[in-house]
Amino acid sequence: MKRTLSALALLFCLFSTSTVSIADAGTEAALAADPVAEKRLQELSAELRCLVCQNQNIADSNAELAQDLRREIRGMIKDGKSNGEIIDFMVTRYGDFVLYRPPLKASTLLLWGGPLLLLIGGMLALRAYLRRRSLRLADEKPLSSEEIRRAEALLQENEPK
Amino acid sequence: MNRYYWIIGAFAALVALLAVGLNLNPRDVPSPLVGKPAPVFKLAVLAEPEKSVGPEDFRGKVWLLNVWASWCVSCRQEHPVLVEFSKKVDVPLIGLNYKEVRGDGGFDMNKMPADEEKKLALQRAGKWLSEHGDPYRLTVMDLDGRVGIDYGVYGVPETYVIDKAGVIRMKHTGPITPEVLAKKIMPLLAELNR
Amino acid sequence: MIPELGHFALILAALVAVVFGSLSLLGAHRNQQAWIALARPGANALALLVTFSFACLTQAFVVNDFSVVYVAQHSNSLLPIEYRVAGVWGGHEGSLLLWILMLTWWAFGVAQFSRQLPDTMVARVLGTLGLVAFGFLLFILFTSNPFERLLPGATEGRDLNPLLQDPGLVIHPPLLYMGYVGFSVAYAFAVAALLSGQLDAAWARWSRPWTTAAWVFLTLGIAMGSWWAYYELGWGGWWFWDPVENASFMPWLIGTALMHSLAVTEKRGSFKNWTVLLAISAFSLSLLGTFLVRSGVLTSVHAFATDPRRGVFILIFLVAVIGLSLTLFAWRAPKVGLGGRFGLISRESMLLANNVLLVVACATVLLGTLYPLLIDALGVGKISVGPPYFNAVFVPVMTPILFLVGIGPFARWKEASLPELLRLTRWALGAGAIVAVALPLVYGQWKAMTALGLFFAAWVVVTALQNFAERVHHTRGGRSLLTAVLAQPRGFIGMHLAHIGVAVFVVGVTMVMSFEQEKDIKMAVGDQVSVAGYSFRFNGVRQVEGPNYVAMQGNFDLTVDNRFLRKMNPEKRNYHSSAMPMTEAAIDAGLLRDVYVSLGEPIDRDKPEGEWAVRVYYKPFVDWIWGGCLLMSLGGLLAMLDRRYRVKSRRAAAATAGVQQAARN
Repeated sequence: MKRTLSALALLFCLFSTSTVSIADAGTEAALAADPVAEKRLQELSAELRCLVCQNQNIADSNAELAQDLRREIRGMIKDGKSNGEIIDFMVTRYGDFVLYRPPLKASTLLLWGGPLLLLIGGMLALRAYLRRRSLRLADEKPLSSEEIRRAEALLQENEPK
Repeated sequence: MNRYYWIIGAFAALVALLAVGLNLNPRDVPSPLVGKPAPVFKLAVLAEPEKSVGPEDFRGKVWLLNVWASWCVSCRQEHPVLVEFSKKVDVPLIGLNYKEVRGDGGFDMNKMPADEEKKLALQRAGKWLSEHGDPYRLTVMDLDGRVGIDYGVYGVPETYVIDKAGVIRMKHTGPITPEVLAKKIMPLLAELNR
Repeated sequence: MIPELGHFALILAALVAVVFGSLSLLGAHRNQQAWIALARPGANALALLVTFSFACLTQAFVVNDFSVVYVAQHSNSLLPIEYRVAGVWGGHEGSLLLWILMLTWWAFGVAQFSRQLPDTMVARVLGTLGLVAFGFLLFILFTSNPFERLLPGATEGRDLNPLLQDPGLVIHPPLLYMGYVGFSVAYAFAVAALLSGQLDAAWARWSRPWTTAAWVFLTLGIAMGSWWAYYELGWGGWWFWDPVENASFMPWLIGTALMHSLAVTEKRGSFKNWTVLLAISAFSLSLLGTFLVRSGVLTSVHAFATDPRRGVFILIFLVAVIGLSLTLFAWRAPKVGLGGRFGLISRESMLLANNVLLVVACATVLLGTLYPLLIDALGVGKISVGPPYFNAVFVPVMTPILFLVGIGPFARWKEASLPELLRLTRWALGAGAIVAVALPLVYGQWKAMTALGLFFAAWVVVTALQNFAERVHHTRGGRSLLTAVLAQPRGFIGMHLAHIGVAVFVVGVTMVMSFEQEKDIKMAVGDQVSVAGYSFRFNGVRQVEGPNYVAMQGNFDLTVDNRFLRKMNPEKRNYHSSAMPMTEAAIDAGLLRDVYVSLGEPIDRDKPEGEWAVRVYYKPFVDWIWGGCLLMSLGGLLAMLDRRYRVKSRRAAAATAGVQQAARN
């Protein structure tokens, strides 16, 4: 049942995307008068995940809740709250789930460090492989000149010239 | 053993993760409010709109806060469970009516004055309860959904279990089924009331 | 009756697949000619049966047979015919059937174009494909039968999701699936090579054009999906790092690595193990994508309505297909030779480095995609990993790849000299630096990220052109320039075209991310709004009728410097079958920018002649994103059609004919 419900919610989200809602349209427009605040709202809400349409951010989503939250954020911007304070407001209510940029903490260490580790690990493995490879090839009995000639001929054949 | 077996090991770990994942619900978001004091509010009571109450009025009791609205389809589904619960169990069940009018989507809020919204909300909520039965000790009206935001409401219905010290001990999102009631809520209530 | 025939054909197809699949593999193992000979007819029969079944489902859609559950859920009698046909793959069951159809077509293709291959090899390849098809057929038959009947039949269908009623649906899934499924051929070749123990240059040569073909389809499919999202969803985004998008991007990254690795294996006989592992991985990631989309373990915009049973089935299938092939790999790999010698700085080492980087990129995407699941499974909370994360970690991985794209083609096989490479690429370095400094300033603001992106775009283009020019110069030999250019191998032209495509793509991404602008405003008739110098004048809305919807169509004049450019007509559609309005944006596309307007809602619901909420966007160079993908695919197409694959096959065919002739004499 729960799964069907969420599927329905999802469908609702898809349909209603990108429509500026009626209740909000007035304020949305009023805000455009202050381009700096609007820019901040856009940047902030693009980093926040909508809980109803879970694959949209609060800027794009038009779920009721996203509109309410945009209104809240707008209010906080007007009250001179910092971005950090606004994010905290969201996290105390909905948890880390709302953040599209996961906070750095023990449980996300691997997430943030992972790409770098992979990159370094990949490069080290590459170097080790190339070394080992040349060592192993050096160990092998050198090819006779006849073998080399045949190999070259074979390779030549494969070259697309 | 050769040096390629680690690939199979990695794949096995991935499969294990996916298998565990099949039994999780990715949409279920745990509330960070569990273990924290219930956010304060002061909202008008449905039956006596001139009176308003807040969480501190239930201090010393274990109580439930159930978020509902007449436009919410799943609320209808859980309602009989709540009615049954209120008859059997002596635990205050408080209703939080969430955005009764503006949540409906059928009204143009730009053209509706606040007092008219309030009147309409009271009328709609009262009618719904008289039709479907009223399990609530009392219902408070969150017309604009501000309190809902403080409680982290994202899908109606939602239910909070709050202990004697006013701390939220559990949150359930979605309709309460007899199973959820029997397996999760009742044991917790018994423990908190001990 | 016809749906039952379709269902029956699927059952028959499953039987054919399992019988010919296992017999061909066994036959190849025991060298039983009679069983080996089953492979081609088996693959043909399989393709025929599944095609017939697919035609039956299409027929049910075309004639509005709402007694079939799937049709009733995904079609409607008012639905235009093209969407009724495309509606076949508008839901889980039908899209799975499309997937299987593609798989059998690929197998059919291999059966047709494999005359030059040894019969045992063909038997192993087709046998593997047959067994993979068998798994999918079981999946569809047991968990997702599209032919299930509804008794009594519905009088009207629920209609196709309006979001899908778009030419995008007609093209995007078939292309994407052709790509996804196409990697099954590379996979089957890899498994066949492992089974036979013959991992050689010939194997790489055979599987190369198939891999490239699959990659071309996947590239087009992903680009098409991105473009569709851009114009259909109405908020101007083109990539959301959604789990399902990532699921298609991962096989693309590995497929790209595979294409490059195959080149080395074919030409130099090196990296054989690595290439085989990539071939297995590319298809494995396609399967993983299927699992992620259809099992519901992650929330996604694209996810189908989920059923846990399906998840369990695909997971078991995943274990069988991937687990078995990896075991086979681990068993065989240690015995495979190293191949040719090469220096630390050489074409080989650079291609290997590019491979490692692409794999790291893919692993990064996988990490970000599955991390929320991991955290949840460990019970340490719920987190979201979204665009800010991916954008932050992806750039550092992609930067060295772009560097290699430029320098790699100059490096010689076996041994290249670093000073020479530096000397050869100094022009490109200079050009990149100039572009990086100057171009952002033209757009008013210099940002490091913008400069970095543009630097590498210029770097890739200049190196590609220079490398191409040099080769033409060296091989010209008195011919006219044009003849010399056209005489270059198609693979070589294709490579550079694809690399230039990468640069074009990078320009698009960089520019749109750096300089896009949007405005969200309220407009009354006669109001004007401008964004980046483009003015939109709102002239009101009018009602228009579509085949199965009613729309409010906005009327805007687009002007720049008081010069009238064109009319723009975004729509707000209400489909009869659904309560939710749909937005159709109006886009003025251009080489250097798109301007984009989408209609929100009337401020006063009862007065559509009054004020409206409107969003306008300015998107510089956004079309370069898809243009770049198109160039990459074109490059792939050229490489795939390189003469040497055909010359060789003709020569091989002649040789085979000769041998047969000799045998007969």
